Amino acid sequence: MRRILMASAAISVLASATARAEESVEVLHWWTAGGEAAALNVLKEDLASKGVGWSDMPVAGGSGVQAMTALRARVTAGDPPTAVQMLGFDIRDWAEMGVLGNLDDLAAEQGWAEVIPEAIQAFSKYDDHWIAAPVNVHSTNWLWINKAALDAAGAEPPEDMDGLFAMLDAFNEQGITPLAHGGQPWQDGTLWESVVLSRGGMDFYRQAVLDADADALGGDTMRQVFDDMSKLREYFDGSFSGRDWNLASAMVIEGQAGAQQMGDWAKGEFLSADQVPGEDFVCIRFPGTQGSILFNSDQFVMFDLGDDEKRSAQLKMAAAVEDPAFQVAFNTVKGSVPARTDVPDTDFDDCGKKGMADLVEAAAGGTLAGSLAHGHGQPSAVKEAVFDVVTQHLNGQITTDEALTRLPQAVAAAQ
Amino acid sequence: MATTSPGMLRRLQDWLPRLVLAPSFALVLIFVYGFIVWTAVLSMSTSRILPVYKWAGFDAYERLFAQPNWWMALKNLAIFGSLYIIICIALGLLLAILLDQRIRIEGVLRPIYLYPMALSFVVTGTAWKWFLNPGMGFQNTVRGWGWEGFTFDWLVRPDMAIYTVAIAGIWQASGFVMAMFLAGLRGIDSEMLKAATVDGASTFTIYRRIVIPLLRPAFLSAVIVLAHMAIKSYDLVIALTGGGPGNATELPSTFMYSYTFTRSQMAVGSASAMIMLMGIAAIMVPYLYSELREEKR
Repeated sequence: MRRILMASAAISVLASATARAEESVEVLHWWTAGGEAAALNVLKEDLASKGVGWSDMPVAGGSGVQAMTALRARVTAGDPPTAVQMLGFDIRDWAEMGVLGNLDDLAAEQGWAEVIPEAIQAFSKYDDHWIAAPVNVHSTNWLWINKAALDAAGAEPPEDMDGLFAMLDAFNEQGITPLAHGGQPWQDGTLWESVVLSRGGMDFYRQAVLDADADALGGDTMRQVFDDMSKLREYFDGSFSGRDWNLASAMVIEGQAGAQQMGDWAKGEFLSADQVPGEDFVCIRFPGTQGSILFNSDQFVMFDLGDDEKRSAQLKMAAAVEDPAFQVAFNTVKGSVPARTDVPDTDFDDCGKKGMADLVEAAAGGTLAGSLAHGHGQPSAVKEAVFDVVTQHLNGQITTDEALTRLPQAVAAAQ
Repeated sequence: MATTSPGMLRRLQDWLPRLVLAPSFALVLIFVYGFIVWTAVLSMSTSRILPVYKWAGFDAYERLFAQPNWWMALKNLAIFGSLYIIICIALGLLLAILLDQRIRIEGVLRPIYLYPMALSFVVTGTAWKWFLNPGMGFQNTVRGWGWEGFTFDWLVRPDMAIYTVAIAGIWQASGFVMAMFLAGLRGIDSEMLKAATVDGASTFTIYRRIVIPLLRPAFLSAVIVLAHMAIKSYDLVIALTGGGPGNATELPSTFMYSYTFTRSQMAVGSASAMIMLMGIAAIMVPYLYSELREEKR
């Protein structure tokens, strides 16, 4: 009898010991590239110091499509991970399924509502409840220019579309590829949304993209946008189809190409090639979009796990993510800017400082809008419908007239 | 010593095959036929991001056939599938006949032709993507040799890109078709061929009138294998062109994946999967029917 008691006591001690060690988070993400993984390590170590274990569930694939597929399988099987890296409308879709947790208490305690721009809150909250912790803010309307080529052209960084075309012509005369572009639908869409913002301004972008207004999608401003796209197409090299974005960045880094339109994650490529902002490359807002930001924001979405212990680990993770020190440490490595606007910019480089200042300005001035190409403008069905038309037009499969008829149709059919 | 009665032993012998087969039969039942039924159910539901079991009738099929992308995918499948099947068979047969001429280094040549089949579609697609890329592959090399005007940029031309998919696919599968035909050729009774030679028939006539008709089972298997490979070829397109330029190389398989998993239109994706299944069934059922009937005879 005594032995049985002792054994059971020993077992219960063991059990509680493992239970304590079990306070850990399982995180599904697609940050597997060098800089991204390094950035994630910052969070991992921070949590380890607080006694929270980390179980990694990386799903490779830059756009996160594969990760979302893996997540579907997990949720359908009734076993969601603790936290999942997610973007834009995907968050809303998951929230609608009623499987997400609630972070209201933590958000109130840390005052998230005051420091996170409202346009980003729109994706972190559902039905007025916090469901996700935003990690960073990327923006897509950037132009990356090779400094040597720009100097040789004797040009100032362009301020509007005409200036851009003039600069690209100058690059053409230098015998380099004027515009490095990767011909994948999402990259075509990223370029397109910058041109939309440049030609029509923020009001038009909201009307055409965020409100999916049929008149705006098939109107005269949009005709100008598609004409610009056809013109930009002539500045690509012959084998742009299917090229990955980082190879296009490499062309600019190596001086084979003059410029690339891409989101600020491209900066990571320049930095890891030991290039210095302002000396080797120039970062400017896409010509004609100064003062406006098309953003996408990575967030950690917290699932409802129905278990107090797991929930406590989850809250610790969310709290760590919104910690200003973490926001700085993570975003200097990742190339993005912090999701909260009250973080000092001392540790950031020139492009990072510019990005942070722009974010504060755009958040205050109401010129901050979600990027369509990166899932913050429309749900994925509509986004892909726009990609279809844009990419077919850019590749010469359909004419501008056809694009203008098809775009409103495709968007309406996908809604 | 022997405690088992002969009756029990026989019963065990009767049951053993069934016992051994039962697990795999159950697995096939669930993971093949069960999932087919599930897909059929999804295709008639309102599912978008996750499976939702709300009846929507044939709505998803209507939306499917209203998509220009789907018609593009079907058109591409028709081009790719017919070229792939016809050229693979023609090339495979030609190689098999040439190899069958009792040449000395046959043992060396056979694995060389067969080797591409050992590569996955992803490797094939990636290798051909580099080879056909106008900036660094074949075109660039020929230009480097001095033919400045040489152009071979099908990979990046929306109107021609689907043919590059066919080229890569044919390169991979024709060696395998050759092996099938070679086996068929070796199975032909040489007495019959000798008799024909004695009768004064030329080699060409012998192949045309005797050998090729005798290869009918090999032709049938080749068509079946190639047809289903054409319909399910997904990785080749993804690795070679990613469905582009534009959407010029979209196939039903890539369509199904993107609508189900990236475009949050699970019902439409399931509907396209059902259409693909019907396409394969349209080929397989008559084949199985004719095979089974012959067995009975």
